Amino acid sequence: MRGDAAAFPRPFPGKGLALRSVALRSGADLDGFRTAVRRLVAEVVPPDCVSWQESGVLGLFGNEGSGSEAPPLALPRGVGDLVRMVVPHSDPERYALLYALIWRILHGERRLLEISSDPLVHRLERMRKAIARDLHKMHAFLRFRRRESEDSFVAWFEPDHHILEAAAPFFVDRFRSLNWSILTPEGSAHWDGTALTYGPPGRREDVPPSDGFEAGWRDYYESTFNPARTNLRAMRSEMPKKYWHNLPETAAIPGLVRAAAARTNAMIEREPQMPVKRNPARAVAAMSGQEPKSLDDLNAIIRRSEPLVPGATQAVLGEGPAHASLAFVGEQPGDQEDRQGRPFVGPAGQLLARAMEEAGLDRGASYLTNAVKHFKFEARGKRRIHQKPTAGEVSHYRWWLERELDFVAPKLVVALGATAVLALTGKAMPITRARGPAEFGKPYAGFITVHPSYLLRLPDEAKDEAFAAFVADLRRVRELSASLTP
Amino acid sequence: MDETLAKKLRILADAAKYDASCSSSGAPKRKAGKGELGSTTGAGICHAYTPDGRCISLLKILLTNYCLFDCAYCINRRSSNVERAKFSVDEVVTLTVEFYKRNYIEGLFLSSGIIKSPDHTMELLTRVAKDLRRKHGFRGYIHLKSIPEASPWLIEEAGLYADRLSINLELPTEASLERLAPEKDGAAIQGAMEQIGERIIEAKAEKRRFSPAGQSTQVIVGADATTDESLIRKSAHLYGAYGLKRVYYSAFSPIPEGSSILPLKSPPLQREHRLYQGDWLLRYYAFTPDDVAEAAEDGMLPLDIDPKLAWALKNRGRFPVDVNTGSREMLLRVPGLGARAVDKIIKARRHTRLRLEDVARLTSSLKRARPFLTAADYSPAGLTDRLDLRGRLAEPARQMSLF
Repeated sequence: MRGDAAAFPRPFPGKGLALRSVALRSGADLDGFRTAVRRLVAEVVPPDCVSWQESGVLGLFGNEGSGSEAPPLALPRGVGDLVRMVVPHSDPERYALLYALIWRILHGERRLLEISSDPLVHRLERMRKAIARDLHKMHAFLRFRRRESEDSFVAWFEPDHHILEAAAPFFVDRFRSLNWSILTPEGSAHWDGTALTYGPPGRREDVPPSDGFEAGWRDYYESTFNPARTNLRAMRSEMPKKYWHNLPETAAIPGLVRAAAARTNAMIEREPQMPVKRNPARAVAAMSGQEPKSLDDLNAIIRRSEPLVPGATQAVLGEGPAHASLAFVGEQPGDQEDRQGRPFVGPAGQLLARAMEEAGLDRGASYLTNAVKHFKFEARGKRRIHQKPTAGEVSHYRWWLERELDFVAPKLVVALGATAVLALTGKAMPITRARGPAEFGKPYAGFITVHPSYLLRLPDEAKDEAFAAFVADLRRVRELSASLTP
Repeated sequence: MDETLAKKLRILADAAKYDASCSSSGAPKRKAGKGELGSTTGAGICHAYTPDGRCISLLKILLTNYCLFDCAYCINRRSSNVERAKFSVDEVVTLTVEFYKRNYIEGLFLSSGIIKSPDHTMELLTRVAKDLRRKHGFRGYIHLKSIPEASPWLIEEAGLYADRLSINLELPTEASLERLAPEKDGAAIQGAMEQIGERIIEAKAEKRRFSPAGQSTQVIVGADATTDESLIRKSAHLYGAYGLKRVYYSAFSPIPEGSSILPLKSPPLQREHRLYQGDWLLRYYAFTPDDVAEAAEDGMLPLDIDPKLAWALKNRGRFPVDVNTGSREMLLRVPGLGARAVDKIIKARRHTRLRLEDVARLTSSLKRARPFLTAADYSPAGLTDRLDLRGRLAEPARQMSLF
């Protein structure tokens, strides 16, 4: 059905029906409108038999007071949102237009809202956009000034539509920790840190005449302007002049515009300078100078860093002789390691020590470190349950592990478990298949075996066999290491 | 605000203004909790507009304009005679918080000249973001310009506090980089972009916070001989390879203390505008870089008509498109029909046959669209193939650069 916004279609010609007058509170009376619509629909009153009045004049429903409420209406999704958005519009026709829309939706045009080309839908959509824009501009162009005496912030704003109540929650979300008031010619909103209340209209004079940061803000506004790109039309379309008198920075506009052409010409006409000091040596030296020069330098950086996942007490650094020929890379520190600040001191570390001893490896002569430098856990009561690092966390720490091994420069690196393999190779692979000598694409030789914590998790009957296999791996490590060390 | 701080602000805002990016969009929606300050809305808010028509959304400043580097296009290059200044970390934090409380800004966009070393500079930038978040419970938007020459772990730490990280490509080719920015290393820049791109994807998958609003970059247009076609191809590569959110095009602008190896004249601002339109065709209109290239002549997009119209004029055989039956893909190619108008057409035509006046309510550019579509009551007849069509649709020449 095609209608014209001015002459509403009349599915039921209102013959014999008296004109009904509905009085609503002035401003955005969503509750009043909703109650009236329910009643009108229940009584099958067509749109052209309703006259919508604003302000204090009591109409039909005003007179009837709190009569029985008509039941809520089931309307398609989107209609409620549209109504809520359009009700604050200042157009006196808004209620009539919305009721006409609801009427048509309930009388055979259920999908009406999807037909954006329909004149009524189109008009309401434009009204919705106008409200959205008004809200957006209020959120954007409102300026607070600090009331020094009570450490609160006050703003004066003049919206085009009745949007104060729709606009206020944004400021609560944003300035929750401040006390503030927004004054408009129609009413005011106040936030005291816990509750939002509305009050009578305010006056511009109720806002302090200045603010300690306003001059700085104007300075910023002037300095960020590029005179070579002056485009007043674009500025005015986004920041129409009607807002200017409440924006402290706009006082700078005339001066900026006056001087722009001269400033631009001066830049263009100025003789280009011959570049001096083109030698890039200093910058290049600064870049290479920033690299950590030693393991101690690197460790200082790691120690200063924050855990990627909050919770760890401290970073756990690698440990062992500066140029050990054999290095072990584990997963990440556990509970004990995190408390003591040393790697491999918990149950898994003790197991590793025992296995190394059985394999004839000198733990004191090896370098021990982890792929991830901070403990990650889930608190369960007083216990801190270890959590496996994610791939992203492993890559976050990878840079340090690489530098660390560069400094230690071992001949052979043993990856203990899947996380270490991921950190050293950048690829995830199953340990069972990769176990044994490996190539990490690095100057050192590689070897892959299980992490000792895996042995701790096995059922008792499987433990001995797995431990023996682990020791056997470490024996091969010893042989490999001996063959590499001159 | 005391005068010393005000003076630094003037110098360091002036020094930062050549970065075109101002967007505060893309961050996940946040609200201030108890004792916290700030929120993000998703789309971002422009709090003011300067007479160049550009919006002020963020406090866009440099930490310092002292710089070791000597990039010819940059006002802050080592050999330039501009006045120098340096903020302390606390000063930047104070300005951000106080401006924010007065509803001047959405947050901070902090960049810096390179002082002491790239690492030292990057650490300072990150400290500002960290102090804002930790000490002030700041939940507003933070965009950090990363220093590509900084150590990888520092760039990664920055992503923990920033909503967006960006690294400026500045010059689209290695050759230009070498000539105009000798200390910069193209491989390092792209390497850092790749690193950030990887971390963003990982963090998303693992539901961790890392530069949630993505990364962006800026290229300078008109400081070298790169064509529009190469720029668009470069952007398509950046969107594809590193998952960039935005590529900003900044028409080379004359700067005080210009260097002698720069061109004397700036390119028309219209060229920048056409590049943005070409970029939008890539991102929202399913155009390939080849399609955009087809709209160009000798690699340059026309200045008098938009690239979509230019493409349509060269592909008239594929028009007119019937608004009541045409595919979404082809409707998107109709000049004057935006992506939103196309969506509305597709929704509405399920319930009604669209006439030309209906289409007129869905787009504000019917004049451009008319020759390329048919509706229930309308056909362009010979209009589509008229030789003078381009002349009829071209925008009247308007001097955009000056007023």
